[in-house]
Amino acid sequence: MDLREKAKQLLESGEVKAVLGFEPGTHGTRRPAFARSAARSEKLTFDGEQNLASYVTRKEVKRLGRVALAAKPDTLRALLQLMAERQIKEQDVLPLIEDGAGQVSELAGAEAIEQHLALSPKELKPEDRALLDRLGKMTRQERWDFWQGELARCVKCYACRSSCPMCYCEHCTMDCNRPQWVPVPSHALGNLEYHMTRAMHLAGRCVECGDCGRACPVGIPVHLLTFNAEESVHAQFGQRAGASSKLDYALSTFRPDDKETFIR
Amino acid sequence: MADTYQLSSASLDLLFAALAADGRRILAPTDRDGRSELNPVSSPAQVARDYVQTALSAKETVFPKVEQLLSYTLKPGEVDLADAVPKARPTVLFGIRPCEASAFAALDAVFNWDTRDAFFNARLEQLAVIGMGCTRRDDACFCTSVGGGPGSTKGSDILLTPMAGGYLAEVLTDKGRAIQALAPDAFQPADGAGKAALLADVPAAFDQPALTAKLPALFDSPLWAEQALRCVGCGACAFVCPTCVCFDIQEEADKAGGRRLRAWDSCGYHMFTLHASGHNPRETQGARWRQRVYHKFSYYPERYGKLGCVGCGKCTRACPVDMNLQEHLVEASQVNP
Amino acid sequence: MSEPNIYLPYLMRIAQITQEAPGVRTFRLEFVDQAAADSFSFRTGQFGLYSSFGDGESTFCIASSPTRKGYIECTFRETGRVTAGLADKEVGDIVGFRGPYGNVFPIEDWKGKNLIFIAGGIALPPLRSVIWNCLDQRDWFKDITIVYGARSVADLVYKHELKAWQERPDVNLLCTVDPGGETPDWTGKVGFVPLIVEQADPSPENTIALVCGPPIMIKLTLPVLHKLGFTPESIYTTLENRMKCGLGKCGRCNTGSSYVCKDGPVYTLEQLNRLPAEY
Repeated sequence: MDLREKAKQLLESGEVKAVLGFEPGTHGTRRPAFARSAARSEKLTFDGEQNLASYVTRKEVKRLGRVALAAKPDTLRALLQLMAERQIKEQDVLPLIEDGAGQVSELAGAEAIEQHLALSPKELKPEDRALLDRLGKMTRQERWDFWQGELARCVKCYACRSSCPMCYCEHCTMDCNRPQWVPVPSHALGNLEYHMTRAMHLAGRCVECGDCGRACPVGIPVHLLTFNAEESVHAQFGQRAGASSKLDYALSTFRPDDKETFIR
Repeated sequence: MADTYQLSSASLDLLFAALAADGRRILAPTDRDGRSELNPVSSPAQVARDYVQTALSAKETVFPKVEQLLSYTLKPGEVDLADAVPKARPTVLFGIRPCEASAFAALDAVFNWDTRDAFFNARLEQLAVIGMGCTRRDDACFCTSVGGGPGSTKGSDILLTPMAGGYLAEVLTDKGRAIQALAPDAFQPADGAGKAALLADVPAAFDQPALTAKLPALFDSPLWAEQALRCVGCGACAFVCPTCVCFDIQEEADKAGGRRLRAWDSCGYHMFTLHASGHNPRETQGARWRQRVYHKFSYYPERYGKLGCVGCGKCTRACPVDMNLQEHLVEASQVNP
Repeated sequence: MSEPNIYLPYLMRIAQITQEAPGVRTFRLEFVDQAAADSFSFRTGQFGLYSSFGDGESTFCIASSPTRKGYIECTFRETGRVTAGLADKEVGDIVGFRGPYGNVFPIEDWKGKNLIFIAGGIALPPLRSVIWNCLDQRDWFKDITIVYGARSVADLVYKHELKAWQERPDVNLLCTVDPGGETPDWTGKVGFVPLIVEQADPSPENTIALVCGPPIMIKLTLPVLHKLGFTPESIYTTLENRMKCGLGKCGRCNTGSSYVCKDGPVYTLEQLNRLPAEY
């Protein structure tokens, strides 16, 4: 069955209180859609880019009850990472996946998700890989100039933060004013410090869905900052965000058999 | 009273040169990596050819994203305060759309209501608007539903409408006439009879006065929470919006002194109305989404006699999850209280 | 020629600090600039934005009466960054003040009427301005009753003034603490403010009620007043919403078509009932 039929089935049985999928939007785009009744499931499809896992930690969605969501590999990784970070329990969400023929099935439980993901290795999109390589080949000064130029357009709207499934903190570091860790206004320092801080907070946690970059209303490729941090953690610690629901955070976990020698 | 002229594409160079010679900075939409954004330009060749809207609005010219309000130095037991009202640079906004041009009136309604904001006024005084009528629209536009239109002259000092060989030019205000006087030869007589045919077709999508009248009865409707389910609570809509004016005041200081800055803010953020006690009058995203709609379509008309929306559609285009304002308003128009 | 900067505060020197209750202080502030001191005036009910330079601004009512010239007072609880910055200040230090902002309690309209002031905890300061304003023109009004309560004896603010009001024959002060908040030597009442109001049984006839307190107190007091026969037009309150500019521009305090900093903070219950409950 397709997503509409699956949604109807799940909603009518009461197994879930809402099904998150996608529906057509303006200018031929696709946008997230919530179906809370069989009738509203009519337009639901799997066709969309956003990482719907960003909704499962929002209180307005949690209040609805158990939700099913159309899940791509990035969505599944985000769900596992959220479980690892104890933000959701596996029974709170029901990921739905689609096969090549448009048939939808459930992936109930962390183990099922992990097994499914093992079959789809994480790969960066070619355009992102190309940009990261280009940045990697720049001198430090060139890279600095590149980002200063890009971040000059930033208006601190936080669309990037709000779209990110891992940015679920109710009281974000940016919101703290005792002390004001990062200046609020959108001047050069405020922009730079925000994006640097966010990249650091996402290092080892970013599932590389790219929603942050897509969300930016002024087209800054902010996703490259968090991708780069994530790739660094992977290269140095051998860990990938969203690989398991029981992941110890690379930057805050010590094991005697860690390969880093600086602490011995 | 508008005087109508025609401006050839070639004489636009004359006009730009005259403006520059007069010491004015020219800001216009430019193409950059597939985006359209306002940038300083020195020649018409740099202006974007084929665009519907810029992503950010022109409000930045009168209401910058960061503005210093005052500064001070600190000595033991003493504070020396320094004013910060800017000496604004003479600026011409070239090529913004009629919807955006009409937005300055909504900004003015807030910044000069009861007390006068010197920062806004200093910049507005030095600003002239050469608007560009729309020969093309996209699905996010709904100017005609909110009292505007692709050829509306509201807010422009000169309104250009693209036509074969150049532009129709309506010189509308004293500021417009002063610009014309800088390059009088560029403006050749014309009659404006063919203007309507040049413009994009934008049928009205909903009856705004009816919706405004209906909104009080819809306040407790579950509609708003439902529409806001996919809203992620970022500030993109408020920040790109040419009429959104909500701002934050932030202090940046060290032991020697500091400054007080104004920065853009959004009623969509959960902390916008959060009290120190922890009580939040608008605790859910649905309540905050409702505030956005009501502020623009109910409270503004009641208070200032004008709408807080010009139908430009920037919010819709900027929204990461396509909260299409027009679509939501049409739905609200149709729902039963 | 540019217009004045409406965001520029007056510089004020702290003339006196009173520790009212744990975490709660009153500042008596004097204008640094004599010309400002001479030309400044305000009416009861108005508020200001007070600066702790280096931290920011915070909104408090002007807690002193406009009948007392040469200074203004504010009373605040240390809750966040700005109030912590203020709490750190000493007599002689400089703070900022922008105001007076907002609307007023129309006390001239209440001549010849009875007044009942009902306040809880840290919400007494705005009403204290009105109380002193009225007491300084005592013959304008008939009976004046004050019902004031706090969680405990220690949390009562303006303790010396409470004593002064208690001792006045022309004021009926009913001071109370929450059950469990009394001390062995407490001679006032014990019980929540709404209950004490009910027991006081004020007549609504020719009476204006001013109510200011934490949301729960207001929620439980209004039905009592309603039961006693007070009309919504005769009940006044003062709201506090999150504010930044105080001038009706930044949008933060917007509630319905009302801006609390401009159309308020003083509202009658009748006016409040017409606003969405977003305060």
